[in-house]
Amino acid sequence: MSEVIVITSGKGGVGKTTTSANLGTGLAMAGKKVVMIDADIGLRNLDVIMGLENRIVYDLIDVIEGNCRLKQALIRDKRYDNLFLLPAAQTRDKEAISPEQMNKLCETLKEEYDYIIIDCPAGIEQGFKNAIAGADRAIVVTTPEVSAVRDADRIIGLLEANELKNPMLILNRIRVDMVKRGDMMAMDDVTEILAIDIIGIVPDDESIVISANKGEPSVTDLSSKAGEAYRNISQRVLGNNVPLMDLDFDKGILSKFKKLFKLGS
Amino acid sequence: MDLFSFFSRKPSSKDVAKDRLKLVLIHDRVNCSTQVLEMLKTDIIRVISNYMEIDEEELDIQITQTETDGTNGSVPMLYANIPIKSMRKVQM
Repeated sequence: MSEVIVITSGKGGVGKTTTSANLGTGLAMAGKKVVMIDADIGLRNLDVIMGLENRIVYDLIDVIEGNCRLKQALIRDKRYDNLFLLPAAQTRDKEAISPEQMNKLCETLKEEYDYIIIDCPAGIEQGFKNAIAGADRAIVVTTPEVSAVRDADRIIGLLEANELKNPMLILNRIRVDMVKRGDMMAMDDVTEILAIDIIGIVPDDESIVISANKGEPSVTDLSSKAGEAYRNISQRVLGNNVPLMDLDFDKGILSKFKKLFKLGS
Repeated sequence: MDLFSFFSRKPSSKDVAKDRLKLVLIHDRVNCSTQVLEMLKTDIIRVISNYMEIDEEELDIQITQTETDGTNGSVPMLYANIPIKSMRKVQM
């Protein structure tokens, strides 16, 4: 049974592309046959996050317009034989493709792949409509900020209006130190406001920047906390019950001191 | 509650964020702009003024949220606080 999953957020810069790359790679690590589609036409980035930017010959629009066969445009990953990328066109715009064409492409890919991961562009316009057209389920990425959660709420409404019921949430870039001193919303705060099921929490982690620098998704890095979070998310997408990560590392002296004085709970 | 928060009087910035977010979402979800709210206010004043004299200065109309008995948690609510100065004599 194949599944098309769209990764979306509304707001830009919250980690859609990073999530797409890590989830795609994570599912491939679990042995699934995966293709990732970069639907951000004109502003492609999934190729650089995956470190595959030098291998692009054809792109999504070439496939749609019939300039090449689908197989020719799919780029095989460096590490995993069962992982492919369909890059976006960089010199075209969002109107170069229609939701119907995207839907048809997803149907074709479903015949051969277990998972099709779509990296949605920011915004709620044409690019968003294209990206969600062929999707069976949606994952909404947000960060614990007012602006990002607000946009996530809008996106959830739009997804449900487009028959994508029960989207799942990834809360990205959590800083435990800030949550502890009451300067950042925690998971419970966000889920209370959005009334949506959570599929993963990802700590803010330097390894994300480092892995983006190298073009290697952090999910492959066994020492990375964010990588561990993405491996857990991949397992949950596969339907396995993995408990949410315990982000309470309790490293600081101050926090231990505070704990000592804690009353009640 | 721990001993440290007992001494700090200011609400944490997280709580500020949460409150602001809740208010923003109420407006987003009902899709009601400030202009629409102004128009609604004018209309309400016009209708009520047919029956009673009201204190327009002290008038308070806003969209907030309220808890419901249902499963959906809170729903948007139109809140109106309209002080009455005196009743008008209405011709029946």
